[in-house]
Amino acid sequence: MDTPSRPAGGSRTASRTAARGGGLGVLAIATVVTMTAALGLVFFWVPLEAEQGFLQKIFYVHVPLAIVALCGFVLGGLLAIQHLRTRDPRWDVRSYVVIHTSLIFAVGTLLTGAIWAKGSWGHWWVWSEPTLVSFLIIFLLYATYQPLRFAIEDPERQSRYASVFAITAGAFVPLNYVAVNEATAYVHPRVFSSTSNLPGSMALTLLVSLAAMALLFATLCMYELTAKRTRAQLRALRRRLADEGEGARSRPRSPAPALGYAPAAGAHVSAASARGPAQPPPLGAAGARRPPL
Amino acid sequence: MSELQQLAAGEPADASGAGAGMDTSADTGARAQTGFWSAVGALLRKELLVELRTLESVPGMSLFALSTFAVFHFALQRSSVEGDLAAGILWVTLLFAAILGVNRLFVADADQGGFDAFLLAPVDRSALFVAKALALLAYLAVLELIAVPAFALLLLGAPLGPALGGLAGTLALGDVGVAAIGTLIAAIAVRTRSRDLLGPLLALPLFVPIVIAGSRAVAPLLVQAHRGAGGGPPTRWLLTLGLYDLLFGLIAYAVFDFLLED
Amino acid sequence: MSAAALQLEGLVRRFGEREALSDVSLSLPAGRTLVVFGPNGAGKSTLLRVLATLLRPHAGAVSVLGMRLPEQSWAVRGRVGVLAHEPLLYRELSARENLRFHARLHAVGEERVAQLLDELGLHARADEPLRTLSRGTVQRVAIARAVLHEPELLLLDEPYANLDPAAVELVAPLIGRGAGADGAGPDGAAADGTGAGAAGAGAARSRTRVICSHDPSGGLAEADLVLGLRGGRPALLRDAAEIDAAEVAELYR
Repeated sequence: MDTPSRPAGGSRTASRTAARGGGLGVLAIATVVTMTAALGLVFFWVPLEAEQGFLQKIFYVHVPLAIVALCGFVLGGLLAIQHLRTRDPRWDVRSYVVIHTSLIFAVGTLLTGAIWAKGSWGHWWVWSEPTLVSFLIIFLLYATYQPLRFAIEDPERQSRYASVFAITAGAFVPLNYVAVNEATAYVHPRVFSSTSNLPGSMALTLLVSLAAMALLFATLCMYELTAKRTRAQLRALRRRLADEGEGARSRPRSPAPALGYAPAAGAHVSAASARGPAQPPPLGAAGARRPPL
Repeated sequence: MSELQQLAAGEPADASGAGAGMDTSADTGARAQTGFWSAVGALLRKELLVELRTLESVPGMSLFALSTFAVFHFALQRSSVEGDLAAGILWVTLLFAAILGVNRLFVADADQGGFDAFLLAPVDRSALFVAKALALLAYLAVLELIAVPAFALLLLGAPLGPALGGLAGTLALGDVGVAAIGTLIAAIAVRTRSRDLLGPLLALPLFVPIVIAGSRAVAPLLVQAHRGAGGGPPTRWLLTLGLYDLLFGLIAYAVFDFLLED
Repeated sequence: MSAAALQLEGLVRRFGEREALSDVSLSLPAGRTLVVFGPNGAGKSTLLRVLATLLRPHAGAVSVLGMRLPEQSWAVRGRVGVLAHEPLLYRELSARENLRFHARLHAVGEERVAQLLDELGLHARADEPLRTLSRGTVQRVAIARAVLHEPELLLLDEPYANLDPAAVELVAPLIGRGAGADGAGPDGAAADGTGAGAAGAGAARSRTRVICSHDPSGGLAEADLVLGLRGGRPALLRDAAEIDAAEVAELYR
């Protein structure tokens, strides 16, 4: 039975999820296709770079990772702005997923950069590469994102504080990149970061790799968002079944936001729509944690 | 960004309301609303008064800076430093001392229910941000008045002389950025579980551009101090500091409200 | 605009997944006193905080002094006086300094601070840091803080706790029912109806108050309307005249 007050319940959402599932499939296929194309171009078509040889091909992984990660962090900030504006927890979940996927890509950037540095110049780390350096700082910053979330118990406050952080950090990312660029001495030739003056074939390969990486990012995010949404619906169903008793398990404290509760009353508060179905009062007071509605 | 706050908090269009009552209710007469700057003044006065009574932040920060200079001396095993090295030591020490102040900034309010008292007042919430940032700025100024001469004495091995003006200006610019971001991070960290740990972890990466620009601006001055030549800090880095201050000052001001409400 | 000082319909406030307040509805006319009873953790303080605009309602319609929360929260502040569990004062500052600070925040003049210090018998120790004062004295300062800006609605969380009889007598004029009101008006304070009509102008002379209390008989004496909370839900909501202390004590079992 559809409860009128539940925005996340009912057949309407189920069909939306099914459609999204289909969309996810298309996205995944597109990603695989583009990645294959990119790999093909990288390994079989684009000529070897004169100075650095085969190792230089890691450039086609490193640079797209960096670009997508940077854009991802900024996107996380934009989604967080939307969360603060609308107070809809779904925006916070999106922001969270985008940010921690970007963090993974940032670690990838650091690793591929280190491999390249080791291969080209014999050191695992070089301070003369602005991309590598600014990513180190960005990694250190965003590595605190999940501990910050975990340190706040109240889920609504957790989301709000995380959004504030995401906005500040998102604005920080471009500024930091510029500052580090200005500050770094250019000891080595910067084939790493310069994407201008590339011969046509390399530029094309880079573009295709970039597209593949962006699609991979999108697929990973959509996959995780769908998984979260499904889990939330499952919890809601389970709760409805276990209504009378204390059988439903309550959610343990976690840094990940959950789509458990209805969005906070923003501008549209009305008594009728907000009242849920009549339920028996919970037993006890502060002790029992009632499952989410 | 102020529009954002208004949308979310349901506040009236001119939130910096100076002047007579803005209530829309039909029954009561107009009640004077506290102006933004008088609220900032009241908050700042209270803040400085509490600090003077408890002496929690400033002496601790200053002593920490002095100890750190001594530790650096022993660690580096040099009789004096100059140029890049001196600039680096100075900035790192000042920043770490600043973080001590940042950690303490909202603790009294959080522990003594002070947030509630402020939240009940008919004032723009951003007034708290401005007041706290100004207080932190004041603490940093006092810290530097003590630490910089000590630095010159202990580590530079030479009086600052002509470099003092440029140094003071650069530090001032850097302090504004530290105050803005420090206040924001302090407010975030104070209501979390491991507040003393999260504060520095969040703040240090955000401070990196200040360190980059600040040390590069100050390094030539500290070389000149030895040779007694004149000249100011390179403007490029001063501009970077100014840009950082402006950008993050605005952002911190805009998002601060969201940390206070529940 | 209705004459009701408080109008709640289906108020819900969550903490995470738990509902701290569930489906609370009531209407309190101006000049009346609502007393809220309930065991610890029942949601009394949460209700007070929602009415004080410190917490926003998650669902339901809340209207305080004719203004909707959370949209018009900013207009409600400054017209509500709150006495919470914590004194909300700085321990290192003196009573005078604390009150001056709040006076500045509320655009209230200096004279009012001096007046309150006198009325509450605090002038002797007005300049000593609060941490050197007894809890009862600090409570008096907190009461002064709550009424400093002459609010229309008082939200009091166990106001007489820590106060000796002499102190209770000092604070009564400030947070007591107030002049001009004895008993309910012709329609009384209806449990779920609209605000009293005829009581309007006369009731304005007495204070509108919401008091959280643990003392069934004492609390009832102050009440016009009684709300009993249990586990965040309204277990009873009745006129004070229709209920006795024994029924209130039931709530705590």
